[in-house]
Amino acid sequence: MYAFQYHRPQSVADAAALLASDSEAKILAGGHTLLPTMKQRLAGPKTIVDLGHVAELKGITKSGNALVIGAMTTHAEVAGSEVVRGAIPNLARLATMIGDAHVRHRGTIGGSVANNDPAADYPAAVLALNATVVTNKREIKADDFFKGLFSTALQDGEIITRLSFPIPGKFGYAKFAQPASLFALVGVAVAQTGSSARVAVTGAGSSGVFRQTAMEGALGKGWSAQSLAGIATDAGKMMSDIHGDSAYRAHLVGVMAKRAVAQAG
Amino acid sequence: MFFRKKDSDRAPEAAAPPAAAAKAGDGTVSVSLTVNGTPVTASIDPRTLLVQFIRENQRLTGTHVGCDTSQCGACVVHLDGRAVKSCTVLAASVDGGKVTTIEGLAKDGKLHPMQEAFREHHGLQCGYCTPGMIMSAIDIVNRKGTNLDEATVRHELEGNICRCTGYHNIVAAVRAGAANMSSSRQAAE
Repeated sequence: MYAFQYHRPQSVADAAALLASDSEAKILAGGHTLLPTMKQRLAGPKTIVDLGHVAELKGITKSGNALVIGAMTTHAEVAGSEVVRGAIPNLARLATMIGDAHVRHRGTIGGSVANNDPAADYPAAVLALNATVVTNKREIKADDFFKGLFSTALQDGEIITRLSFPIPGKFGYAKFAQPASLFALVGVAVAQTGSSARVAVTGAGSSGVFRQTAMEGALGKGWSAQSLAGIATDAGKMMSDIHGDSAYRAHLVGVMAKRAVAQAG
Repeated sequence: MFFRKKDSDRAPEAAAPPAAAAKAGDGTVSVSLTVNGTPVTASIDPRTLLVQFIRENQRLTGTHVGCDTSQCGACVVHLDGRAVKSCTVLAASVDGGKVTTIEGLAKDGKLHPMQEAFREHHGLQCGYCTPGMIMSAIDIVNRKGTNLDEATVRHELEGNICRCTGYHNIVAAVRAGAANMSSSRQAAE
């Protein structure tokens, strides 16, 4: 690991000021992507701004028709939250499927969304649920947030403060996990609000998380796993690696989408 | 390699009085935490991982570094009561926290029930993964209770890798240790 200066701010305002004063500063959330990357010297930030002691970034509340989760809330906290289980139970279930228990005790929803790993679980939920990413500067709709592999609409120094999930009629998430890494080889999140449906796919797309609009149309007409029969996903836009080629991933999108709909009920 | 420094290369943080070393601008950061019930304050290189702090600063070498990539679980300790991979936590982040390592389990010369179960069921061969296994096993009991079925134990141990045993005796030890924790809790009441 390369040397860095370390800061432990207590508030979002202090963190933002530190980030604004140092263009080479990097935010540390749960650290379960950034620290391994730094150990391999694939990243060498000059300054680390650790958000772990910013109390205002933690916590889960239901606010009107939205479930609001603080950015520094861990996966274990989401998984175990009665508020999440009551509002969007399968979102709590999704959190139980991230990594292993130790990772879930440190990894955070804000860190996961900001990192936008193409095989991470939360981006699919954020996109399918049409969530809003709230930062210290603005609110960003999910459709405008994810910009490709490890790329988001976040600007330098911008801090995700919370995620706001409109509570849907139905939500489900099915994941075919790569058994060693426990990342999604393919994960599909489906949500129904009123009569409209949203379908988001992670792990598969060569540009990261994406919406499967043909499936959205079919589920909008009739919400059932059978509605998805015969709807293909373009293998030309899928990732391909040692764990699964693009045709295999494209096929799995259909399988996981049906399972997600079945789970959503 | 970060973990194989010669003693002569070692930063003198373990011995130096924190107040003297923590002066502004020297690149160090001050951290105060509790390790196995003992308050500790040190001035450290910000790069110091929690596992390094435990092993090299506190000289508690029961916590192991296996993969150093947050896969294997040999470095698992409890931070504020929850199992974490101490190779993937900055010691500086743990300011104000309470850390329990494998050395903190035995009380008055008596093994913790989970340690005793690993001994009784021979839940190890080389023993390298064992401290992490035991810390994870206690975390499983804390989260899932003392009556654990085999499938639950196997699933919950997915963050801990053992390359010797094939897990059979580890799973038996975790289940027995969980049951022992139940009886020792009842005995304490």
